[in-house]
Amino acid sequence: MPMFEINNLSVAFNTDEGTVNAVSDLSLSIDKGRSLAIVGESGSGKSQTAFAALGLLARNGKATGSVRFDGAELLNAPLKTLNQVRSTGISMVFQDPMTSLNPFMRVSDQMAEVLIHHKGLSKKDALRQSVEMLDAVHIPDAKARLHYYPHEFSGGMRQRVMIAMSLLCKPKLLIADEPTTALDVTVQAQIMDLFGELRREFGMAVILITHDLGVVAGFCDEVLVMYGGRVMEQGPVDAMFDSPSHPYTRGLLQAIPRVDQLSPTLKTIPGSPPNLLSQPAGCPFAPRCSEVQPLCETTRPALEAFAEGRLRACTRPVLELAS
Amino acid sequence: MLTDTGKIEEMATRMAEQDVRGRSPWADARRRFLRNKAAMTALVVLVLVALFAAFGAQFTSFNNEDIDFMVIGQVAELGYPSLASGHYFGTDDLGRDLYARTVQGTQISLMVGILGAGVAVVVGTLYGAISGYVGGALDNFMMRIVDVLMAIPYMFVLIIMLTAFGRSISLLFIGIGLLSWLDMSRIVRGQTLSLKHKEFIEAARASGVSSAKIILRHIVPNLLGVVVVYATLLIPSMIMAESFISFLGLGVQEPDTSWGALISEGARTMKFGTLWQLAFPLFFFVVTIFAFYFVGDGLRDALDPKDR
Amino acid sequence: MTPLLDVENLRVTFSAGRENALPWSPQRVVKAVNGVSFTLRPGETLGIVGESGCGKSTLARALIQMVEAEGSVTFDGTTDLLSLSPKRMQPYRSQIQMIFQDPLASLNPRMTVGEIIAEPLKTHQPHLSAAEVKARVRAMMERVSLLPNQINRYPHEFSGGQCQRIGIARALIVEPKLLICDEPVSALDVSIQAQVVNLLKDIQQEMGLSMIFIAHDLSVVQHISDRVMVLYLGKVMEIANRAALYSAPRHPYTKALISAVPIPDPAIERAKKHMLLEGDLPSPLNPPSGCVFRTRCPIAQDACAQSAPALASAENDADHFTACHFPG
Repeated sequence: MPMFEINNLSVAFNTDEGTVNAVSDLSLSIDKGRSLAIVGESGSGKSQTAFAALGLLARNGKATGSVRFDGAELLNAPLKTLNQVRSTGISMVFQDPMTSLNPFMRVSDQMAEVLIHHKGLSKKDALRQSVEMLDAVHIPDAKARLHYYPHEFSGGMRQRVMIAMSLLCKPKLLIADEPTTALDVTVQAQIMDLFGELRREFGMAVILITHDLGVVAGFCDEVLVMYGGRVMEQGPVDAMFDSPSHPYTRGLLQAIPRVDQLSPTLKTIPGSPPNLLSQPAGCPFAPRCSEVQPLCETTRPALEAFAEGRLRACTRPVLELAS
Repeated sequence: MLTDTGKIEEMATRMAEQDVRGRSPWADARRRFLRNKAAMTALVVLVLVALFAAFGAQFTSFNNEDIDFMVIGQVAELGYPSLASGHYFGTDDLGRDLYARTVQGTQISLMVGILGAGVAVVVGTLYGAISGYVGGALDNFMMRIVDVLMAIPYMFVLIIMLTAFGRSISLLFIGIGLLSWLDMSRIVRGQTLSLKHKEFIEAARASGVSSAKIILRHIVPNLLGVVVVYATLLIPSMIMAESFISFLGLGVQEPDTSWGALISEGARTMKFGTLWQLAFPLFFFVVTIFAFYFVGDGLRDALDPKDR
Repeated sequence: MTPLLDVENLRVTFSAGRENALPWSPQRVVKAVNGVSFTLRPGETLGIVGESGCGKSTLARALIQMVEAEGSVTFDGTTDLLSLSPKRMQPYRSQIQMIFQDPLASLNPRMTVGEIIAEPLKTHQPHLSAAEVKARVRAMMERVSLLPNQINRYPHEFSGGQCQRIGIARALIVEPKLLICDEPVSALDVSIQAQVVNLLKDIQQEMGLSMIFIAHDLSVVQHISDRVMVLYLGKVMEIANRAALYSAPRHPYTKALISAVPIPDPAIERAKKHMLLEGDLPSPLNPPSGCVFRTRCPIAQDACAQSAPALASAENDADHFTACHFPG
């Protein structure tokens, strides 16, 4: 049994304009020490997947399916269970660290509070462990900086503080939602390096939610590509980058300019992101797909295995795409 | 870019079609407002009150000045509300028809409210927008003027003026109008400051659009949401201010009246058993104030950009 | 060939209040742009890269007098833009246009697309009739691949990529000579980024535009620029032709920047040796003495703290300037 498992998760939001199907029929699993990337553009449902799993959906959202952590069901579980899991099992790091740190509380108090509350430590022990954790995320002069307010840290340092906080209770799984999107490249490199180190050190699993395929390539073992709330392709990182099996993945890889090579023009994916209000009968990517055929508009392709450990949702045979 | 010939053809056919009509932010807000039941009910109530003020006088043969000599002296026994006598709301203590007087009072009260809010909208919006957009020393100067004016206890001054120069409705209008825009200008200035650094303002500045045009075309239209909401909440407070002054007996001059004056009279004669003299004007007053607040809340929900 | 833009020793300082509440305590200033010089040739694209706080956006705004600046900005070899009064600057505002980072926020939500695109045209060519304006707006919408029949729609009815196209149409309708793009694609999705970058490239060639392209994404800048300038704490670190800068960077900061960009290829990315910078960006209120990069530089020596290195060209490449005592 995998440590963390999502089965047939669907997330829908009731809005003024109608029902928004943010995530449809998503399944994934991750084992101890592994790292999985959920890749997608805005509106692909990648963040909502994580929010739903941890019971953090907005009030108008509804999730169905199953999310299991160490065998216990989390989806629509009572708050007590969720709090238990959030404190010791799964931690989350968000894109903007400022939104999850209380600006009016010293970092020391915020960190100690977590330990005192969840682990029942004394204030003194809690502070000592907090310093150790800030050291672990390479915050220089951690002992002095422990008593800073969040705004006294720079963006990169703030994200380190956030990571340190999320690691306080030694989680088995860390979900990082665009943890480096708001940061500069050199800081991003530092933070990703840190994630790698912590993964080795604490043996935790990481789910990285991102739009940056470069970060995925350097950090993750497995990848799941989402579009319009659905999984397009899923499999080991090397295989996917080597031979993308879905027109969307392929288009995405060709649309990114690379710093190590120069192509005269970028290939583009025409059109605009999908409208999640209207569920298309066929493949959500069909309106923008270069390989589209009439069947795609009417029948939604199922996510099926086509090679060892690899899944794809596309009506066109893999071989035809390779050309 | 579009290499697909099919896509180009599709685009060409679509281009030949009529221009698509846009869905403006105002239209969106209107749609949200129309769906808000409480606000819509309140709006209907307000329309009814306005119709009552405008055409209510048509339905009675009495006017607000004439004294019905049949009931004078026996108001408590004969002046009660009755369809038969034609005094739908009864008569006041002097035997004047209360229905006609309520119609007339409604006119005055609504006018005070709307006029006061109107001055606030025009003067306050422009003043605040200019102060906020230009900034610097001018902003400082303009806002200190507002501070000074706000520091004056205006109810007190108004009362002194009304006592010194005599009671007159025009003086009341001027007094309320002069003071109502102060809060508005502060609110608008704050909003302008946050708008000023938006990229679309910067874009307009970068391409050389003049300051006056930026204020009128870019700032003010984007402020209107806040202004409209605040104005609907300002109307009832203007009405209350006028009523308070009239309640003190300093507002409108007899035989004209207003809700405040009517409520004041009604309250005074309560002990004679003529409760209707208080009840009818009070009912209109309370219902209207409530309705304005509901409409204001509805507008705020409808115009709130968070919703989008 | 006279450069279209010749920027000499451009400086922008912001006041950051006094050191403490006492009225006689010294004023603190942030030198957001600190002595930047460069030239821009007609038809050329200059990429400006740097991390947040390096002054790249301030630099762009200083060029068009949106913030106060010292130094000189010579346009077309004749006029110093910084010395012009707002009134005399007006004609140049149509020659230099700008596009912004946030596609939706840069469009007035209460105006229709047609009104938005027409605004610069109405400002600079008020003699045009309403019909002419509309015709030109429609033609421009078509040029940036927007459907002209959407002319009466409002910004919130468009996607991010389309909003950026509206911004581009607004900038180009007055046929400027110079287009300043401030992070034009960083708020867009990957699949949309490529569309907008290609559009900018096409239009530039077609109209013979000069372009200043500001971004923090080095790969996008590489893709679109002829020359690239690297900024750090308001100073130029390196400026060179694209090929030279990316294949043979000489400044340690440029090297660190390029090595930090992740490459979407697992084999290369895992094998790559990241050159991690130590620590954080120093406070711009209190920049390091000498070379501003020395506090994070892997090869810093004592000399770096003594004097700030001047921008000097390489021996084998007269177009490759580096501000480093020990260029590699």
